[in-house]
Formats: sequence, C-alpha cells, structure tokens
Amino acid sequence: MSSLDNRPAESHKGLLAFLAGLPGVDQVGAEARAAALGTRSIKKESKIWAIDLAISMVDLTTLEGADTPGKVKAMSAKALHPDPTDPGTPSVAAVCVYGDLVYAAREVVGDRIHVAAVATAFPSGRASLSVKLADTKDAVAAGADEIDMVIDRGAFLSGNYGKVFDEIVAVKQACGPAHLKVILETGELKTLDNVRKASWLAIKAGADFIKTSTGKVTPAATLPVTLVMLEAVRDYYQETNIRIGVKAAGGIKTSKDAIKYLVLINETVGDAWLTPDLFRFGASTLLNDLLLQRQKMITGHYSGPDYVTID
Amino acid sequence: MSFEYAPAPESTAIVNIKSSNGLFINGEFTAGHGTPFKTINPATEEVLAEIAQANQEDVDAAVRAARRAYDKTWSKMSGRDRGKYLFRISRLIQERSREFAVLETMDNGKPIRESRDVDVPIAAAHFFYHAGWADKLEFAGFGNNPKSLGVAAQIIPWNFPLLMLAWKIAPALATGNTVVLKPAETTPLTALLFAEICQQADLPPGVVNILTGDGDTGRMLVEHPDVNKIAFTGSTAVGQAIQRQIAGSNKRLTLELGGKAANIVFEDAPIDQAVEGIVNGIYFNQGHVCCAGSRLLLQESIAEQTIESLKRRLQTLRLGDPLDKNTDIGAINSREQLNRIIDLTKSGDEEGAQRWSPDCVIPEKGFWFAPTVFTNVTQAHRIAREEIFGPVLSVLTFRTPDEAIEKANNTPYGLSAGIWTEKGSRILSMANKVRAGVVWANTFNRFDPASPFGGYKESGFGREGGIQGLGAYLTSEESS
Amino acid sequence: MIGNDRVEVRKTHKLFIGGAFPRSESGRTYEVVNTRGEFLANIAKASKKDARDAVISARTGFNSWSKATAYNRGQVLYRIAEVMEGRKDQFINDIQDAEGISNKKAAAQTDQAIDRVVWYAGWADKYSQVLGNTNPVAGPFVNFSIPEPTGVVAAVAPQDSSLLGLISVIAPILVSGNSVIVIASTNSPIPAITLSECLATSDVVAGNINILTGDPAEIMPSLASHLDVNALDLTGVTDPELQASLEVEAAGSVKRVRKAPINPNWQATPSLSRIRAFTEIKTVWHPVGV
Repeated sequence: MSSLDNRPAESHKGLLAFLAGLPGVDQVGAEARAAALGTRSIKKESKIWAIDLAISMVDLTTLEGADTPGKVKAMSAKALHPDPTDPGTPSVAAVCVYGDLVYAAREVVGDRIHVAAVATAFPSGRASLSVKLADTKDAVAAGADEIDMVIDRGAFLSGNYGKVFDEIVAVKQACGPAHLKVILETGELKTLDNVRKASWLAIKAGADFIKTSTGKVTPAATLPVTLVMLEAVRDYYQETNIRIGVKAAGGIKTSKDAIKYLVLINETVGDAWLTPDLFRFGASTLLNDLLLQRQKMITGHYSGPDYVTID
Repeated sequence: MSFEYAPAPESTAIVNIKSSNGLFINGEFTAGHGTPFKTINPATEEVLAEIAQANQEDVDAAVRAARRAYDKTWSKMSGRDRGKYLFRISRLIQERSREFAVLETMDNGKPIRESRDVDVPIAAAHFFYHAGWADKLEFAGFGNNPKSLGVAAQIIPWNFPLLMLAWKIAPALATGNTVVLKPAETTPLTALLFAEICQQADLPPGVVNILTGDGDTGRMLVEHPDVNKIAFTGSTAVGQAIQRQIAGSNKRLTLELGGKAANIVFEDAPIDQAVEGIVNGIYFNQGHVCCAGSRLLLQESIAEQTIESLKRRLQTLRLGDPLDKNTDIGAINSREQLNRIIDLTKSGDEEGAQRWSPDCVIPEKGFWFAPTVFTNVTQAHRIAREEIFGPVLSVLTFRTPDEAIEKANNTPYGLSAGIWTEKGSRILSMANKVRAGVVWANTFNRFDPASPFGGYKESGFGREGGIQGLGAYLTSEESS
Repeated sequence: MIGNDRVEVRKTHKLFIGGAFPRSESGRTYEVVNTRGEFLANIAKASKKDARDAVISARTGFNSWSKATAYNRGQVLYRIAEVMEGRKDQFINDIQDAEGISNKKAAAQTDQAIDRVVWYAGWADKYSQVLGNTNPVAGPFVNFSIPEPTGVVAAVAPQDSSLLGLISVIAPILVSGNSVIVIASTNSPIPAITLSECLATSDVVAGNINILTGDPAEIMPSLASHLDVNALDLTGVTDPELQASLEVEAAGSVKRVRKAPINPNWQATPSLSRIRAFTEIKTVWHPVGV
C-alpha cells in the first residue's frame, strides 16, 4: 500500500456512483421524525431497564490535553463500578482515551471492559496517512481493542471520497483485531445528505461502527443525525445481513436524552441493536445522570450530585 | 432484548364530565327538548355522558339568540374588541389544553399524542390568527368595507371535533358573524367545554351557540329561514343534500367534503421521509381525515422496496389505549364507521387486492381496525375510488409523471395530494397539474391557520384558513 | 346608400361550438324580433344535445387554454377586443335592434363592452398576484396559495344587456383559464352571434368559448346536471324557480354556483368577485431545509 493519493480514480468509480445514487434526506422530515420519537414516554420498569442498558452502552470518555494517568485510572475504576453504593449497577461498555493513556486504562480494567483509543490525528484528522497509521498501531500495541478514527472531512467536503475511503481501509488494516469506529464529525458535514453519504462510505470501507462526532465540534450527536446513520446501518443490514454499530458521541448529557436515543434505535433498526455491541454513547457527564436517575427509580426519592462520584 | 414501553397513560383526573349535558344557547346551558342520547368512549364503549338532543324549538331559540346577538351586540362591536374576545379564547384554550386533549381523546378515540400535539394547539392557533384579522378586514381584499353575513350555521364532523370547531367559529366571529354550531353526534364533549370557555371569556351571550344533536338537528339548522350562512364539513353525500336543501335561498354556503388523495412517490424521493409521509398520510388519526393520502402511487421502479420499507415501518406502530402517550393508532370513532371500513376492505379482498396488516393486538372492547395496506390495487377497485375514512391504504403504481397525474386526477374528489421527489422542477410541474386544493410536496398532513384549506370538484368549495378563508364569511364585493 | 333595390344577402344565425358554427342538431330555430315586434332573424334553438357537444368542446378547450401562460391569455383577450373594434358598427346596429335603444346608447354600450374586454385582458397576468399569496405558517415550510381556473363553466348571459352584459359574464370566466358555455340573451341574441364571429377570427382556442342561443330553461338543466361541468354562472336566470332547480341539479357534482345578481350595473367597473368565483385556491407546501 504505497502512495494512496496516486491511486487512479478509476478504482473508485463504482463507489462514487453508489454515493451519488443514494436517496436524498429531507431535513425537515428527518427532524420531524426524530422529534416525534423524542416524545415517547418511557416510564417505570421500562425506564429502569432503559437506564441500565444505557449505562452498559457508555464509552466513558476523557479526551483532554490535561488528562493524566491518574485521571484515566480513576475514570476506569468508575467505568467498572459506576455506582459504588449499588454493585448491581452494570459496568459501562468501554473507556475512551487518547492512545498514550491506553496503558493506564488497561491496567485498571484488565479485560473486563473494552478500552477505546482515539487515533488518526484526532480530532482534526489533519496529518499524513503514515502518521495516522502509526497513531493507530501505537494505540493497538498499547492495548486498545477499539479504535475511534476520524475521517478527513476536508477530503470529504471537497468531493475526494476516494481518499476518505482509502484512509479508512488503511486504518482498518492497521487496527488488526481491534474494532474500528469511524467518526464522521457530522457537525462539520452540515447536511443530512452528507451524513448519509459518509455513513455509507465508512461502512463500505470496513467500519465496525460509525460514530457521529469527536465531541470537539458543535453540534455533536443529534437525534436527526443519529436517525440518518441508523437508517444507513439498517439498509446495509437489509442488503448484507451484516450489522454495523452506531455510536452517538458528545452532547448527550441526560438520561432523558439517552432514552430518546434508545427509542430511536428501537424504532429504526429494531431491538437487535439494543446492545453495547452495536450501540454506544460517547459521554462523560451522562453517566452520572444515568446513575442519579437509577437511584431515584430504585429508592423512589430524588438523589443529588453528592451521591454519585466525580472523577 | 426487547424494549417494551410500559403503559404511560395520561391521567383523566383533569377532566370533569357532567353526567348530563344541556345545550348552549344565549350564553347559558339549557336543557334540550329532544330525547337525550349518550356519547361513549370508542376505545372502551363506556358511556361518557348523556347529551341533549336539540329539536326544532331549540334550533329556533339558538338562531334567535344568534340573531339578537348579531343585531344588538356583535355586528356593532368594533373589530378591535371582537378581536380581543378571540385572543381571550385562544389563550383560554391554551391554558386548558391538557383538559381539552384528554377529553378529545376520550370522546373521539384518537391518540392523546395527536390531540395534545395537533388538535388542541392548532385550534388555539386558529383563534389567535383570526383574532388579529378582526380589525383589519378592509385589508383582506374583499373591498373597502367588507360586511359580515349575519347568523352562521356550522356543522362539523367527528374526526377533529375541537379543531373543526375552531376552523368554523374563529373566522366567523372575526368577520363579525354570530354562530350556531352543531358538533357531531359522537363527539360533542369538547364543543361543550368550548362553550364554557366562551363563558369564561365573557363572550356576549348568543354570539356562540352550541347545539348537540343528530342529523335531524343539522337539517333543521340548515333549513332555518333566519340563517344567512352555512358552513359544513363532512361527507360529500351530506354536503350535496345541503346544497340541494338551500337551493333558491340566499344562504351562502361553503362545503369541505370528502377526498381520495393521491400520495405520489417518485423513484428519486427522499425515501425514508416519504415512508414517514405515507404513514402520516393515511394512519394519522386512524385515517379519519378527509385529506388523507389514501391512494399511494408508487413509481414502479421503487414499488417493491418501498412497500417492504413501509411494512417494516408499520410494524413499529403502536395500536391501543388512546390515552397512552405512546399510542400511535387509537380507536375507530364509532361502530358505524368501523362497519363501513370493514365493508369496504372486504370489497378490496373480493376485487382481488392483497391485504396486509402488521401484527398487533386488538383490544377486546371498543372499536378497532389494524393499519392495513392493500397492494395490487387498480383504479377500478372500490378501495381506490371510495373514501374509506379509515387506516386503509391502497397502493397503485405508475411509470411516468404523466401517468401519475392522470391517475391522481382520475377521481371526482380533489381535496389534497402528496408529491415526493427531490427534483424541484418536477415538484412544481406536478403541483401545477394535480387538481387538488392542498398539495403537500415532500411532506403531508400539515395544517396551519394561515394556510387555506379546501377542495376542488366534489371535495367542496370555499376555503378555511388564511386570507381566502375570510371570504366565506364576508359579503362579496357585489357590483355585478 | 345607393342601390336599395338590391336583394340583400340574409344571414343564417347558428350556434358557436368548438370554434365552428353548427346548426342546432335538433334542426329547430326560433324567431327573434326587435323591440317594435318586427322580425329580425331566425335563430338556432339549441337543444340538450347541443349543450352536451358544447361541454365536450369546452373540456377540450379548457385543457389547452388553462395551460396557456397568463401573458398569452391576456393577449388572446386583447385580440378579441381588437377584432371587436373592427366590427363596431355591426355591434351598434345589432344592439340598437336588439334593445331598442338609441344609436348613441348602443355605441356607448359597444365601447364599454370592448373596453371591458381590454380591462380583463389586463387582469390575466395580475389577478393571481392579488388573489394569491404566500402564507407564513408556523414551521419550516414555504407555503403559497394561487388561484387556478375551476374548469368548464356554464353561464347564462344577462337577458337585457345583450353585449356588455354578455362580455361582463364571459370575460372574467375566461381570463383565469376556464372555458365557457354561455347561453346568449334569449330575445336579443344577435350581438352574441356577432361576437362569435369575432371570436372565430381571433386567437381564441377552439371550444374555449361556446355560445348557444335558445331557452335557458331548456338548455341549462342538462348543463347543471352534467358531471363534467364544474360551475354555473346564473347571472341571466331571471326565474327564481329555474334558479332553484338549477342549484338542485348543480349539487350532483358539487358545482360552484354564482347566483343572479340583484340589479346589476354593467356600466360600473367590476370588482374581482367574478374572477374569484370561478377560480380555486390551491395551496402548496414544501419543507425548507438544506
């Protein structure tokens, strides 16, 4: 795999034709559908069930320049046992950190939960392919079993879909056994048509998961964007019987929001996707709200911020 | 793992249904002189209340009250003050919106999600919109000094009881007319609650009168010699009867009647939204919608996959307790209507169309009909020509835009149409050629007080809503 | 005029259907006299079948006329005025004979009739700007309302204003793209027949204007009950019983009915109410998104 950029465009003709042939997304209609599903009322036992499911789907995340091994270890401990007062609380799905701190997370979680690393010059993706591949390989070598890569939005927006595709293919290869989540950074793609296109592009290039956002761009995950991504995943499954995962990252802060996503999944792709294997929330503060709500549902009275841990 | 939504019923504690209800005449609730009848909850078949039946004596009294209010108060009041009453009413509906929504759902069977998010807020919006017109009528394009007509007799159907009331009463009052309104026999309760709102707003007595009753009451009202204007929403058959009844009189008439709308989906449609539009088009309000997209016209190239997507989507519809906030499909409004739906769908089977419904549990009590799709339908089938007024979709196909238009227009109705394509020039061309009063392109079943609504051909005449809707209640600038 | 002993060429008056001048299929005629009771002409007496043929022509005419651009419709109407202007003298004579009025009054009526055609010609590309609009709905949608022609309109011209009244009825029906079947004044049909000759030599789409002569009480019921007629203009119906019975028939296909006006003043500048009466408001929604 030498110079990808020199690969003749010929080999991408099929891909380009496919992307051009995708049906359009009417923004108003998609937003209305997402909003309508957002009015579902999830109460009582279904709410408890949904909260536990949501907790189990969290990729507990810290992606700051100020991150330290200590911070990551503390977060990892919380990931394993989110609510020390209730051992029945499920663990989250994974911790998500920068590649250089994967070791710290792995030290704490062992193989009990996944460790995800952002890679490929996260969050901007502005680096050469060789740097991106090295970034990926380093993270895998350090123990990451999930890689969250970013697509080259500049290439995507300039219509160079082939470049985006090839990079994903190359990163997927560099991942080896690790699962690949492809971040579309939908906040920079701007239109739902682009979201649909990028979703298909990533899926066709070998993504195990497609992910909305880095969390560094506003807007991050939204219901309409996630709806369109779920539709792509649904249609791909219809075609191939292969289930691709979806990760909604950034901006989901409350249990109420998280439950809206679960409803969206349930009524768009069906309950087969209601598992951490196929849906994740990329979040940090969401977990505590889920825990507060969980305590409320179990004890019957409202909890307070001092009754969940800050890490 | 499957995600079961626990029941999330809206509380009925907020409504206070009187066991026995009178008529609203001249600002007061009074006993009717006919034999009272009962209104039931179609989802449970439980009796909700006893309702007065207005007879000739009551009709006379109501028209008399409306005439007196017109002569003495309402026609003399400034537009500015009339408008303020309408603003008050709008606000009161908003304040009591939960109560209206619950009551509507109990009496009609429609999902609370719809009564809460569609019927009631749009009803309030209608009063708000028309309130602002009351003192600006000279700008509406009906001459410099447009005049009200007098007493308006208004007869409304059971599918959107409060919303249809608002569509009728708001423009009538804004233009300076007084009103005698008859709600449908099976859904009188929100109209009676609206009567309370009129009292709460201190609306002068007689400006709005509500007469409950059956078709006979409606007929008496239509025939009353002191009525100047008739506005009717309902079936084409009854609309025609009214048109005949008042022939030769000087009564003004507007009719909003049936429909058999084509919802046309091209191969380049935004397909996921189109599927939503198809679902919303025919299953909204159990298909009890005159402008429902009851004929789906699919371009042949995408027919199979779209039907498959549609069926998959229909599996997620939740049929059941209308008061449950997660219910998508409520109860059929009456046994009579249910029987009509059953009969017409039987004809679909007999004429060779293929019936499909998602798996759904039909409650034991009440009137229910599963969302239904008929494929292999041809233009000649009864289910492609007659208004079913239920959750039943007839799917036809076409090959070219011309064929789509030909089929869409091949009906005596002309109320609404849907067009789904991402191609702008095609939308405009189709919108231009389809003979229907409301055209939804890449959307369906949207309503707004500023947007005129009404049909071509046998779907009726006159418009409700928007600037054009005012014309139905004003003297036309009659030079010659 | 010199040579009064010349034997004049008399005209046989016929119907105007589909751009042609057929006799009544019934073969019937009736005598028209002037206000002094003197014989003027034999006039074709249209039957129900003639009316039926006129509906077929009118529907065909509608299908092309309603698709014409507003500018084109305006030009076609204006062309009618041009041709009428060239036949002014004939109209004046016709009206004088028909209505028994002075030459001056007949000339005034002719002028007004021609001017009225011009007035409506000018409306062709404007009425939809006045009667239509965009609607500010509460949501991300563009929403606009436009008037469209109703379809085939059957009209009865005023009995007493043989040209101006006739023009005042048919021009507003035509301007928006409708086609019309009009029954001329029963007792004063000759100006209408002269008009049909103008129409035949103008640019009017064949079948778009059909002029029948005869008795409205005989012809109109079949038009009122005809399912392919969309609207009735009963301006010239003077008999309340006939009006009522036509309204009853009209209900069969929910026709729009414009009733006879009370004391119409044909001299006055019209309002838009006649254009409005034979148009349908179509409202179109489309989402606004990226």
